[in-house]
Amino acid sequence: MSTKAISGRPVTPGPDLLNHFLYQMVLIRRFEERCGEMYTKGKIRGFLHLYIGQEACAVGSINALEPRDRLIAHYREHGHAIVRGIDPDRIMAELFGRVDGTSHGRGGSMHIFDTEKHFYGGHAIVGGHQPVAVGLGLADRKMGNDNVTMCIFGDGGVAEGEFHEALNLSSLWKTPVLWFCENNGYGMGLPLEKSIANDIYKLAEGYRMPAVRVDGMDVLAVYEETQKAVAHIRAGNGPYFIEAMTYRYRGHSMADAELYREKDEVAAFRERDAIERLKRRMMEDGHLDEAGFEALTQRVEEEVAQSIAFADASPQPEIQTLFDHVYHEQE
Amino acid sequence: MAVEMRMRDALREALREELLRDERVFLMGEDIGGYGGSYAVTRGLLDEFGPERVMDTPISESGIVGAGVGAAVAGLRPMVEIMTINFSFVAFDQIINNASKFLYMSGGQFNVPLVLRMAAGGGSQLGATHSHALEGLYAHFPGLKVVCPSNPADAKGLLKQAFRDPNPVIFIEHSALYGVKGEVPDDPDYRIEFGKARVLREGTDVTIVGYAGSVHQGLRGATMLEEQEGLSAEVIDLRTLRPLDIDTVIESVKKTNRAVIVEDDWKFGGFAGEISAQIMERAFDWLDAPVARVSGKDVPMPYNRNLEFAALPSEEDVVEAVLAML
Repeated sequence: MSTKAISGRPVTPGPDLLNHFLYQMVLIRRFEERCGEMYTKGKIRGFLHLYIGQEACAVGSINALEPRDRLIAHYREHGHAIVRGIDPDRIMAELFGRVDGTSHGRGGSMHIFDTEKHFYGGHAIVGGHQPVAVGLGLADRKMGNDNVTMCIFGDGGVAEGEFHEALNLSSLWKTPVLWFCENNGYGMGLPLEKSIANDIYKLAEGYRMPAVRVDGMDVLAVYEETQKAVAHIRAGNGPYFIEAMTYRYRGHSMADAELYREKDEVAAFRERDAIERLKRRMMEDGHLDEAGFEALTQRVEEEVAQSIAFADASPQPEIQTLFDHVYHEQE
Repeated sequence: MAVEMRMRDALREALREELLRDERVFLMGEDIGGYGGSYAVTRGLLDEFGPERVMDTPISESGIVGAGVGAAVAGLRPMVEIMTINFSFVAFDQIINNASKFLYMSGGQFNVPLVLRMAAGGGSQLGATHSHALEGLYAHFPGLKVVCPSNPADAKGLLKQAFRDPNPVIFIEHSALYGVKGEVPDDPDYRIEFGKARVLREGTDVTIVGYAGSVHQGLRGATMLEEQEGLSAEVIDLRTLRPLDIDTVIESVKKTNRAVIVEDDWKFGGFAGEISAQIMERAFDWLDAPVARVSGKDVPMPYNRNLEFAALPSEEDVVEAVLAML
C-alpha cells in the first residue's frame, strides 16, 4: 500500500485499501475464532486472550506505519502481529508451541516477536512494556533515525506506575513514541470507572503531549487519527497519545466466566461492529457486493485452515534445545 | 603499564574508554551528570561527552531500566546506573521480566546488551532499606550475568567486558570499596573474562571463598589464621556469580579438604548456600568437615553502629569458623 500520509495531511483510503482493511479485520476475527476452537481442543494451552471486537484498532493504526517503524504491544497481540505482516502460519505455530512458531515454541500466545518486522513483542506483565517503548524511541532519536515507535496497551495498563513513568520520560526526552491505548472498558473484569480516576487521554495531556480520543470501532477514524499522529512524531515533535474506545466481545481470556457484565452490553457493542460498518459503507459506495464479501470470507477461511494445518504439522521442539537462547553468544 | 588508582577511578576509566571506543555506548542514571554520580564514579564524563552520551534521568528506576532495555534491543549499548541496589527493587519487573527474558521469549531474536550498574553493601549506618547486599538474588535468574569486583583492576577489566557482552549484565559495586586503591593496567584493551575466579592467596589447610566486599574479610581472616594459628588458608575471589567458576573452588577444596564461604548477604537462602551445595555435590568425598558459611545475620540492617557491626560478617567470624572445623 503506498497511501501513507507524508505531509501530515491524512490520506483517505481508496477502494483497494478499504478492501485490504476489510480483509485484515475478517482475517483477525476468523483467526481468533479458530484459536478459541483450538484451545478447547487442547491444541493451544496456557493463557489465550482473543482480540475479537477490537480489530479496527490494529488495522486502522498499524497500517499507518512504515515497515521500518517499531511496534511493541501487550499480550492480546495476535491481531497486531498479523497486521504487521508476520506470517499467520508462524503465529499459529507459536500458539501451538511448535518449532516453526515465531519463537520456536518458547513464547506462546502472549509473546509473539519478529525482528524483520520490527515487532518487539507480545508482553504479558501489564504496563511492563511501556518503558521499553521509551527506549526504542530514544535509540532512534540518538541514532538520528526518523522512525516511529508505536506502543499498544490496554486501559488496564494505565493504572500501573510504569505508564506514568514512561509517559513522563517520553515527553521529557521527546522520544518518537506513539502511545496507543486500546480502551476496551475492562481491566480483566474490573470496569474502567473503578480503575482510572480520569479520562485516559487527559492523563496524557497532563504530560504535555497531544492526546486524542477516537472511535476504536471505526477503522477509518483510527486510520485517520493515526496518520496525523505518525506525521507529528516523524517530524520530530515528540510523543503523541491516542485513546481508542473499543470493546472485546469475548472474555478476558478463555477462563473468563464473564460474571461482571450483562449480555445486553455485549450485544449493544456488536451493533457497532467495525467489520459490519466497513462492509456496509463499501457496499453503499459500490465497492463491494455480497458475492465479493463471500469470496473474501472464503479466502480467509482457507487461509486460517492452512495456518492450523501448518501449525499442527510443525514438529515439537527437541528437548535437547531447552537451553537455547538463555544467553546470546556473539559479542 | 599499571597505574595506582581507587576503584571509583578505575570504574570511571572503564566507562570513559568504552564511551570513546564505541559510539553506541551511552550512560544514563540518576544524578550521573551534573552531580557527578552519587559515588563520584561518573564525575567529569558529562563535560567530556555531553548530555546525549551521559544522560541525567529523573528518579524513575523502572522507567529508566525499561528504557535501557528498549535502547539495547534497538541496537545501542546503554549503561544504566541505578544508584544503589536498594532502588533496583522498584525496577525489578524490568530487570526480571524484560531484560532477562527478552532473548528467550523471542526464540533468540532480540538480545539485550545492557549494563546495569548499582552500588551495594552495608557498613555505613544507612539503615535497613539502604544496606542490601543481594548479588546472589540476581544470580538466581537465568538470562542475567552478575559481576561483583573486589578491587580496582578487576573493576575496570570486568566493566569493560560487561560492555562487550551481548547479554544483560548486573554490575554490582560494593560501596565500601570505592576508595580502595590498587594497581590498574592502562591498556585500553584490558578486559577480564566472566566466569574466571581468582586465587588471591594460596594455601593448604582451608579454602575461603568470597566475592566483592567479603573477599577482604576472607583475606584478613587468612592473615590472622597464619599469624595467630600457623594455618595456611587459600582465598578465592569469585569475581562473577553468573557465570560461576565453581571448578576453581572445587579444585581448591580437593586440596585443602575444608571450605568457608564468606558473604555480606543473609545466610538464609543466600548465595553461600549455593556454593556450599555445589561443593557437596562435587567434592563430598574430599571434605573433612561440613562447609561453613560466614554470612550476614538474618535481620534487617540496624542503624546503630554496634548493632550493624554485629549483623555483618567479620574476619573474626572467619577465623572462628575455620577453627571450629579443624
